[in-house]
Amino acid sequence: MEHAIELRNVHKSFGSFSITDLSLKVKKGFVTGFIGGNGAGKSTLIKMMMNLLQPDSGEIRVLGMNYKENEKKIKERIGFVFNDATLYKELDLSDMKKLIAPCYRQWDDRLFHQYCDRFELPLRNKIKSFSDGMKMKVSLAFALSHHADLLIMDEPTANLDPIFRREFMQLLHEVMLNEEKTILLSTHIMSDLSSLADYITFMQKGQIVFSKELHEIEEKYAIVRGKVELLDGDTEQYFLSITRTDSGFEALTSDYKAVQALFGNEVIIEKASLEEIMYYSRGGKADASIN
Amino acid sequence: MQILISNSSKEAIYIQIKNQIKEKVLSGELVEGDALPSMRQLAMDLHISVITTKRAYEELEKEGFIYSIVGKGSYIAEQNADVIREKKLTTIEEKLVEVIANSKEVGLSLQDIKDWITILYGER
Repeated sequence: MEHAIELRNVHKSFGSFSITDLSLKVKKGFVTGFIGGNGAGKSTLIKMMMNLLQPDSGEIRVLGMNYKENEKKIKERIGFVFNDATLYKELDLSDMKKLIAPCYRQWDDRLFHQYCDRFELPLRNKIKSFSDGMKMKVSLAFALSHHADLLIMDEPTANLDPIFRREFMQLLHEVMLNEEKTILLSTHIMSDLSSLADYITFMQKGQIVFSKELHEIEEKYAIVRGKVELLDGDTEQYFLSITRTDSGFEALTSDYKAVQALFGNEVIIEKASLEEIMYYSRGGKADASIN
Repeated sequence: MQILISNSSKEAIYIQIKNQIKEKVLSGELVEGDALPSMRQLAMDLHISVITTKRAYEELEKEGFIYSIVGKGSYIAEQNADVIREKKLTTIEEKLVEVIANSKEVGLSLQDIKDWITILYGER
């Protein structure tokens, strides 16, 4: 099994939102960062991967199995972390654990207590007294304490302070020491991804814009700045999006080498950050291939 | 094995790793049979993605600096004497170019440089 998650020709629509014919593979043994603006469809897709939503048509396989036949087996091997964790507010952590632990055959109580220590979580305080950051840590402790092979995280770092965010990233690096583990993580915080993600999947308006290796993005995409006079019908084709001002143009390209060959030293070419790629791709095309 | 990477460098991180390991081999700090940290361990230590270290190791392997045994790890390969000589010659050439550029800046002639080198060479 080369892929931890496989979506094939998935369709799903409700209201004005729709996902049409979407296919996606998440590589086993690596970290995939899942990016896209609000309403792009990331959470819908994650819910389908978790079988919390069912596609109208298409196939979803997780850890090589489908939900129809193996729902329990799949779920036992997934650790799910999301920023709005469903926890019983009136319970304390210790009671919450008593509810959750029996769901997993591989539950590891010792490991759970280690994480509670490490995250400084009080076992005897009611969950309603916890801050958002603490609730996230609770969610994380539960996800990591049953030796899950696949961690699915929906914006896990959104409520974390910068100090714990670093520790959190360190924790995920520790998980990835084991090459059998896979992480899919959606986020708005791009700096989290450059230090951890191996693949980036970018989603927009219910579609996958691209799903690529981090290096491929770093090598191909670039921000280009130059004089407006350089732009004409031909040269514009090298760019995905162009902003013109009186002081010059700024544009995104997905073909760094071609732009360099074309303009040489007449323009400034800089590495594009994931934020810049997202921002400039919002209009539509995000992967212009020039032939 | 110590490796220092710069996030603000123009050079891609996998290239920085590759070059530093190469330097350690050429300087003799790492020798044949020495084990490298696992790709995943190195990724964690350097706070970078696994695929970055994977790429660095793959390229080192392609260039003959290291070899990998599935399930065990990566090791420094036997170095070909000719290859090392070739690499040293490249380094010497680079330094000479630098010497010439600096000499021209302060107005030294070719003969001046030759004389100087003759004296230094004789002393060593």
